[in-house]
Amino acid sequence: MSDKPKIKVATAWLGGCSGCHMSILDIDERIIDLAKLVEFTASPITDLKEIPEVDVGIIEGAVCNDENEHVLRTMRSRCKVLIALGDCALTGNIPALRNSFKLEEVVTRGFVEIESTQIAGVPDTTVVPRLLKRVRPIQEFVKVDAHIPGCPPDADTIWYALTELLAGRMPQWNETNLKYD
Amino acid sequence: MTDVNTQTITINPVTRIEGHAKITIHLDDAGNVADTRFHVVEFRGFEKFCEGRYFAEMPQITARICGICPVSHLLASAKACDAVLGVEIPRPAKLLRELMHMGQLTQSHALSFFHLSAPDLLLGYDSNPALRNVVGLIQQHPDIARKGIRLRKLGQEVIKLTAGRKIHADFPVPGGVNKALTNTERDEMRAGLTEAMQHARFALDLLRRYQQDHQPEVEDFAAFDSNFMGLVQADGALEHYDGRLRFCDNEGRVLEDQIDPANYLAVIGEAAEPWSYLKFPFIKRLGYPDGMYRVGPLARLNVADRIASPQADRELQEWRSQGRSPRRSSFYYHWARLIEIVYALERIEQLLDDPDICSTDILADGKPTNQQGIGVIEAPRGTLIHHYWVDANGRVEKVNLIVATGHNNLAMNRAVQAVARKYVKARQLQEGMLNRVEAAIRCYDPCLSCSTHAIGQMPIVVEVVGADGIVQQTLTRG
Repeated sequence: MSDKPKIKVATAWLGGCSGCHMSILDIDERIIDLAKLVEFTASPITDLKEIPEVDVGIIEGAVCNDENEHVLRTMRSRCKVLIALGDCALTGNIPALRNSFKLEEVVTRGFVEIESTQIAGVPDTTVVPRLLKRVRPIQEFVKVDAHIPGCPPDADTIWYALTELLAGRMPQWNETNLKYD
Repeated sequence: MTDVNTQTITINPVTRIEGHAKITIHLDDAGNVADTRFHVVEFRGFEKFCEGRYFAEMPQITARICGICPVSHLLASAKACDAVLGVEIPRPAKLLRELMHMGQLTQSHALSFFHLSAPDLLLGYDSNPALRNVVGLIQQHPDIARKGIRLRKLGQEVIKLTAGRKIHADFPVPGGVNKALTNTERDEMRAGLTEAMQHARFALDLLRRYQQDHQPEVEDFAAFDSNFMGLVQADGALEHYDGRLRFCDNEGRVLEDQIDPANYLAVIGEAAEPWSYLKFPFIKRLGYPDGMYRVGPLARLNVADRIASPQADRELQEWRSQGRSPRRSSFYYHWARLIEIVYALERIEQLLDDPDICSTDILADGKPTNQQGIGVIEAPRGTLIHHYWVDANGRVEKVNLIVATGHNNLAMNRAVQAVARKYVKARQLQEGMLNRVEAAIRCYDPCLSCSTHAIGQMPIVVEVVGADGIVQQTLTRG
């Protein structure tokens, strides 16, 4: 193989809506070009969930439960450059709206009080992950090397950031390539 | 690839991560599959934290429930807000909302078929999991992958041209929409339709060949008895934006018809189970869990009498003529999804031909009038219900959301059970077995971010639990 080794990328979504991953897919046919340069390892759009040692790790979403935290710390320990993709990773965004309420109130509303709920019951956290008392952005847990803001960031913004990183440069944001959308 | 020790088999060794959903398989004393559970393991709590917001903020907040089908939440929410205002929105606004919705149906179904399920069908359930994804598809079938990417893109472009943005557009608002369609945008959209229909037809041919080559597996794949629910038009035709609810039983007999969706609480109840963050809706008069029903493309085609566009209606007739109706096999979700893409593209053309489509009469005036608003649509994955209670000033007091994947929760558990019993050899677990169990779930195209108003992913952990309750084996998708 005379080809240059591909740059390894892993992506994960934590507490968020997956819109940032959809915005990655909105690079459309450019994903075919990207597949020639990078190897997608663990990602919601592949069957590989184990995060190997990678060059670039991309995180969408905020930290809502103990499993999110575990995924985030694993990603950080195995990637050289960690990117926070989108506003939930960066600020907590919409999922963090629940921080205005006590966790118990949120769970009680969802599983006991709701008008259509005939058979109530609170999930058992020995079976399902334990929700954190507060939703928090990822930089409260780990060092983040680059941010791509937006809810979600536009596909062209993501493309610019990825191509810069693949060229060995950090993305430099200015008014033409970042709209904070 | 496979690491085996006395207690655990791990494929591509993992540290039990990213499992936003998991499956447990319980064995009886003889070591046969006794029961299975599909657990959804995240929760965000939109139904609580929306309390206190001004009602008009709800479309933008609830769109963030899901980035795969944000249009569904935007529309169901906007309809609930219309009901709070107590207004009938102008006809052009309704056309534009439906146009956006048909763009979404196209992109979401294309994603499900090409990006998520085609790797199983074209590369094989037992193929190398490292390549069994859209990138593997690009490498092995570049032409097919490109068509899928293009079809999804054309659907997304319809959303962008209508609403200004592909994901989380700020467009449907209480009382209508906030942007009229220009002639240029209409013509640009129209120009993409021929190519999109070619790709949809290509996908249908591909699936037909697969079905012919794989009978009776296809007919039998996660097949089980259930009821079905979907919106239909007044004459029983397929409907996604408006309409009324129809329920059919396993023999196709109509159980309930033309139910005003605003009366959903009289018909549907939900049960919570301690092992999942996703509740289990059921038909109230049949009780829990006997009142299981399915929603989504398969259910919609099973309950509808006809489709109000010629090419898709011909496809429906073929669906009806070949084999039993209603269809029981979960596999037929794929076929139904592709027929719905044909419908969506024809419907887009009908809408673009409507003389009102570029009208600027797009917003009804109003103030909060009613203390409740209920908005119901057919999202790509099935019926979506938004229900808000507000005070006299439009401040949200309570929220209830029942989403498509929630309705299918009992059915997905049944699908997992059916496939596990057929394919799982508990004493010698293999990766291909796991992938078939996952494929049963994949038929439902579950949107776990929607369903828990949380975020989730495909199941990746299968635990085999002995009759004594002790975990005997863990198989993790690596």
